[in-house]
Amino acid sequence: MILNQFLILAAVLFCIGIYGVLVRRNGVLVLMSIELMLNAVNLNLIAFSAYLKDTSGQIFVLFVITIAAAEVGVGLAIILLLFRNFRSPDLDQAQQLKG
Amino acid sequence: MYRLAVETTTAKAEIAAPWLISHAWVIPLLMVLSFVTILLFGKRMPKRGAEVGITAVGAAFVMSCITAFQWIQHVEDSLAGEGGSALSGLGKSLVFHGGVGAESGIAPITQTWDWWSNGLIKFSAGIQIDGLAVMMLFVVTFISLLVHVYSTAYMEHDTRYTYFYAALSLFTGSMLVLVVANNSLMLLTGWELVGVCSFMLIGHWWEEKPNSNAAIKAFLTTRTGDIGLLLGVIVTFFAAGQTFNLTEINEAALAGRGGHTIWLVGASLLLMGIIGKSGQFPLHTWLPDAMAGPTPVSALIHAATMVVAGVYLGARLYGVFWQGFSIADGGMNPMAIIGAITIIVGALLAFVQDDIKKVLAYSTISQLGYMVMGLGVGAWVGAIFHLFTHAFFKALLFLGAGSISHSGSHHSFDMKKDMGGLRKFMPITFVTFMIGSAALAGIVPLAGFWSKDEILATAGQSGFHFFQIIGIAGAVLTAAYMTRCIYLTFFGEYRGHHHPHESPKAITVPLIILAVFSTVAGLANAAPLGVEKFAEYVEPRVAFPEVVVPQFEGILAAVSVMAVLLSVGVCSYLWFRKDQLGPFKGLTQRNAAARGGYTFLVNKYYLDVLYTDVVVGGIKGPLARSAYWFNQNILDGVVNGIGRGAPAFGRGLYKYVDQGTVDSAYNGLAKETGAAGGLLRRLQSGQVQRYALLIVIAIAIFSIALILAK
Amino acid sequence: MDWFDSWALTLAVFLPAVGLVLVLATPKAQEQTVKVIALLTTIVTAAVGIGILTKFNYNRSGSLQFVVNKSWIPVIDARYHLGIDGIALPMFALSMLITILCIIYSWNHFPEPHNPKAFLALILLLEVGMNGTFVAQDLILFFIFFEVVLLPMFFMIGVWGGPNREYASIKFFLFTLFGSALMLLSFLALYFKLGSFQIPELARLHGAGIAHGTQVLIFAGLFLGFAIKVPMFPFHTWLPDAHTEAPTVGSVILAAVLLKLGTFGFIRIALPILPSGAQTWAPWIGLLAVIGIIYGALACLAQTDMKRVIAFSSVSHMGFVMLGIATLTTFGINAAIFGMVAHGLITGLLFFVAGSVQHNYHTREMSRLGGLLQQAPRMGWILGFAVMASLGLPGLAGFWGEFPAILSAYSPAAGLSEGLFRGFMAVAAIGTVLSAGYLLWMYQRVAFGVPKDEFAEAHIHDVGPAEWMAWTPLILLTLALGIYPQIIFGVTDRAVTRIFGG
Repeated sequence: MILNQFLILAAVLFCIGIYGVLVRRNGVLVLMSIELMLNAVNLNLIAFSAYLKDTSGQIFVLFVITIAAAEVGVGLAIILLLFRNFRSPDLDQAQQLKG
Repeated sequence: MYRLAVETTTAKAEIAAPWLISHAWVIPLLMVLSFVTILLFGKRMPKRGAEVGITAVGAAFVMSCITAFQWIQHVEDSLAGEGGSALSGLGKSLVFHGGVGAESGIAPITQTWDWWSNGLIKFSAGIQIDGLAVMMLFVVTFISLLVHVYSTAYMEHDTRYTYFYAALSLFTGSMLVLVVANNSLMLLTGWELVGVCSFMLIGHWWEEKPNSNAAIKAFLTTRTGDIGLLLGVIVTFFAAGQTFNLTEINEAALAGRGGHTIWLVGASLLLMGIIGKSGQFPLHTWLPDAMAGPTPVSALIHAATMVVAGVYLGARLYGVFWQGFSIADGGMNPMAIIGAITIIVGALLAFVQDDIKKVLAYSTISQLGYMVMGLGVGAWVGAIFHLFTHAFFKALLFLGAGSISHSGSHHSFDMKKDMGGLRKFMPITFVTFMIGSAALAGIVPLAGFWSKDEILATAGQSGFHFFQIIGIAGAVLTAAYMTRCIYLTFFGEYRGHHHPHESPKAITVPLIILAVFSTVAGLANAAPLGVEKFAEYVEPRVAFPEVVVPQFEGILAAVSVMAVLLSVGVCSYLWFRKDQLGPFKGLTQRNAAARGGYTFLVNKYYLDVLYTDVVVGGIKGPLARSAYWFNQNILDGVVNGIGRGAPAFGRGLYKYVDQGTVDSAYNGLAKETGAAGGLLRRLQSGQVQRYALLIVIAIAIFSIALILAK
Repeated sequence: MDWFDSWALTLAVFLPAVGLVLVLATPKAQEQTVKVIALLTTIVTAAVGIGILTKFNYNRSGSLQFVVNKSWIPVIDARYHLGIDGIALPMFALSMLITILCIIYSWNHFPEPHNPKAFLALILLLEVGMNGTFVAQDLILFFIFFEVVLLPMFFMIGVWGGPNREYASIKFFLFTLFGSALMLLSFLALYFKLGSFQIPELARLHGAGIAHGTQVLIFAGLFLGFAIKVPMFPFHTWLPDAHTEAPTVGSVILAAVLLKLGTFGFIRIALPILPSGAQTWAPWIGLLAVIGIIYGALACLAQTDMKRVIAFSSVSHMGFVMLGIATLTTFGINAAIFGMVAHGLITGLLFFVAGSVQHNYHTREMSRLGGLLQQAPRMGWILGFAVMASLGLPGLAGFWGEFPAILSAYSPAAGLSEGLFRGFMAVAAIGTVLSAGYLLWMYQRVAFGVPKDEFAEAHIHDVGPAEWMAWTPLILLTLALGIYPQIIFGVTDRAVTRIFGG
């Protein structure tokens, strides 16, 4: 089994995710980028699980998917509130915590 | 030599002595209770508290007299019992010390209580009654009683009459505590309380700032001396093997325990306390200022309480001074020198005063100099005898001055402006004042003569000839300034603008009583007449050095009396002959003409030690005036300068060091911390993505570091 | 009554906390109820205290009594360990007394912004901390009580204080907290070196098991923590500000009890546990103490504000206490404890009077005051009494703190330089004159003379009933301790000798 292809794919996905998180201003897109990063990690876990013949990796992935769903729920709710307050999904405007 | 089986004697004495003498603590306690009573209830009483004070001090006086008689009897019986004869009553107190000799120690009668403990060492409070203590008890209560009575008239219209009596009671009580104390801590307690009372009474009319200034000056100056006393008590405490007991300290000192040096240190420190309290040079400047208080208070301060406390301390801890200053060796020692300087300085300053009370104040300084010098030259009996006689005539003179201001000069003490010719208006005051002055000047056979002669004779016979001469010079000066004072006050024309009249009975009766005592008190120890009862009863026989018992010297007595009479004569001639009053001019004439020898002496003394500046500057004013100038501007200037300088220094310290350096360092620290926080604050942008970027960068750095570390 | 033996200290420490809860539960509008609850709480606490005083075995005052020793935080071996001996007893009693007096005094003069509920709650919380600190026998417990005191005082100054209160309260807080941090560090170091937080156990080891160098370092940490609280020169600058801005009652508690936490820490913790560290530090402590005596006195002379004079006088007087401690002798330490109690009573009284003067004249500027003896003679007399007591007049309590401390410096503990300490002794003796100077000077300006024109017509209240009740105990105690000092020495001597008597 060739592990490398999976790992490279996951790394690429992760980088795209980071790029999205850091650069995109739209909150919804940032959330989606986080989702990409999570999936990149999932991919890694499954690849190693198959490679090492150990199922615990797959179990982790199931957990991650569940938590990710919940996280998206909360995240979207936050972004909805942001949108209500600022009339835009733009994250740059939310800087009330500036010291 | 008298240190014999103290313990057995003490024990026996305690059993045998009658109740009052062994419970003499009731006397000070009575006065303290009187203070509390007057303070709390005095205002509601018919006589505004005076009756309580007078009753209490009267009772204290009676008890002191009883105590004195019991002591005398105790001594008599003990001496009689020495031959092994039958003992009766009090006489059981002594055991015959076979073989040691006829002279045995008549121990003080003591009573002690546990007071405090520290480091598991127990310290006791206690009283000690011996000849010195009963003598002081008698003098203090006697003078105080007269002052109490006198004040009913003198202070009649005062706004704080009740308060005045309360303070008088406490003043007397504190002095009595000091007198009966058997340990240096209680003595210190009485000493400081006396200081506080003098503060209260000198500042009695505190509405006016000069009065409260004088009170503070008195308290602070004496307290400066108290540094010495405090440290002296500590040094003697350790030198005597951790005890505050006065007898034990004296014993250890006479035995020279721990070497001579520590006793020299202890004695020097204690001397500092005496200098402060007894108005010795150079800390005497508070005494004239203390005239700001009511006149009865001045009488009390000068005659019975306060200033004699220092002399009493010297007498009480005489073993320490004897050992520390090696008095037995003769020659020079600091105590005698200080006393001698004070005699002359005080007497000279008395010349240039226009205020009658200030003349008397400087006179007291000079007379206290006699006492301290007396102690310094080994004339213990002489010094204490002088304290005894001085109490009567100085109280008399002060009360006389008070009588004059009360009825003669309308509350003024200025001899030149408001007095003169008063002998016609105030005969009783005049006669008693004359008697007091004569006693002070040392004219035979009045009280002052005997005590002064005792000091001079002892000084000569103990090898202190220089101080003998100083003493005679002082006597001459004393006679001169008192002549001037009497002339200005009682002779010539009345210069005031009121109607002088004789004072009421409450004032004149104490004057007469005191005049009687001033006349006869000297006979208590008149050596040529064969009476030496004072020495017999007062001189301690336990833990006491071998002082010289002087022989009466007819020539010395004659010389001093002649000198005094000559001085009186010359002064009278100078003043009475001249119609216009020019004391300074008269002084110069007198210096030039009359007494070359003494002028030389005094001049030398001043030129060498004190007034170099004056001579160098070519200032050739009359000696006394320059002395006064020196006193006011240099000595007093230093005292006042310190008083003024310390706050100024404090202000500088506070402004530049405390607020400028210490505090601003802390404030600076706080500011720097704030600034550092300001720098870090910029990272806190509030933007989620900025934080995320930081996280990513950090993870990247750590990952790279991990890989490199592998 | 075994029950009392094992519960007395816990009650004495935590009853005020119960009162605090009750006060908080009472509606704010019912001021009278709040005051009564607070007063009753302190009185009940004091009743427990009196029970302790009567049941205390004075013949065994050297050993801990009323001991409670229960497991508390097993992980770090911290225990709920309380106990009281002759050293703590006087301070413990003082703290309870002062709290009652403060509540009585504030009955009718609560400072702005009023709000008795919060004010009294803070006082009760303070009492928990103060009582606890004096009886805690576990370092962690001690630390917690030590810190509990901090917050109420911070709020008391910060809310009820004078115009510059924020600065003063933050300064007070930061200074003390800084010291506490180092102190905690030293506590931990002790734990890691000796494996226990129990004070009696650590004291029994008497420094065994810690090298000299380490002792010196650990002592340095403790020194900073305690010296800031005392406060010793040069860590004193928080004190004048805190005192000047604090409300009267705050000043009284601060001066009478809080400052003593520092000196108490030295006696209870630093000296017995680290004897050889103390030996090295003692000359420096002595030096700072005498500098403090003179420096504080001189700074007093520069003040124009009456309360600031008293505040700086505390620096000077605590110098005498620290000098006694620095000699490391039983004599000096007994004197120090006496000095702590005496200073608590006397300075407490001085601050009370200064508070009433301010209440009447609305100023503490001495240049504007004068003639107090004329307008309020009783208050003038009481001020005079306090001044005399404070300047160390024999026969009043102040003397017995000062004199034995100076005396003990004549022969310090073995190993300390005699010459150096005798020098300290001489300087300290000069300090007594300076203290007479500034106190009398203050008295002259406040009490003597005639009232200034602006107050000539003013209606000045002389000492009122609440003031009499609050001040009389202080006056009587000052007198009683001055005349018969054995009241304190008799209690402390055995305990001090047991711990420091070699």
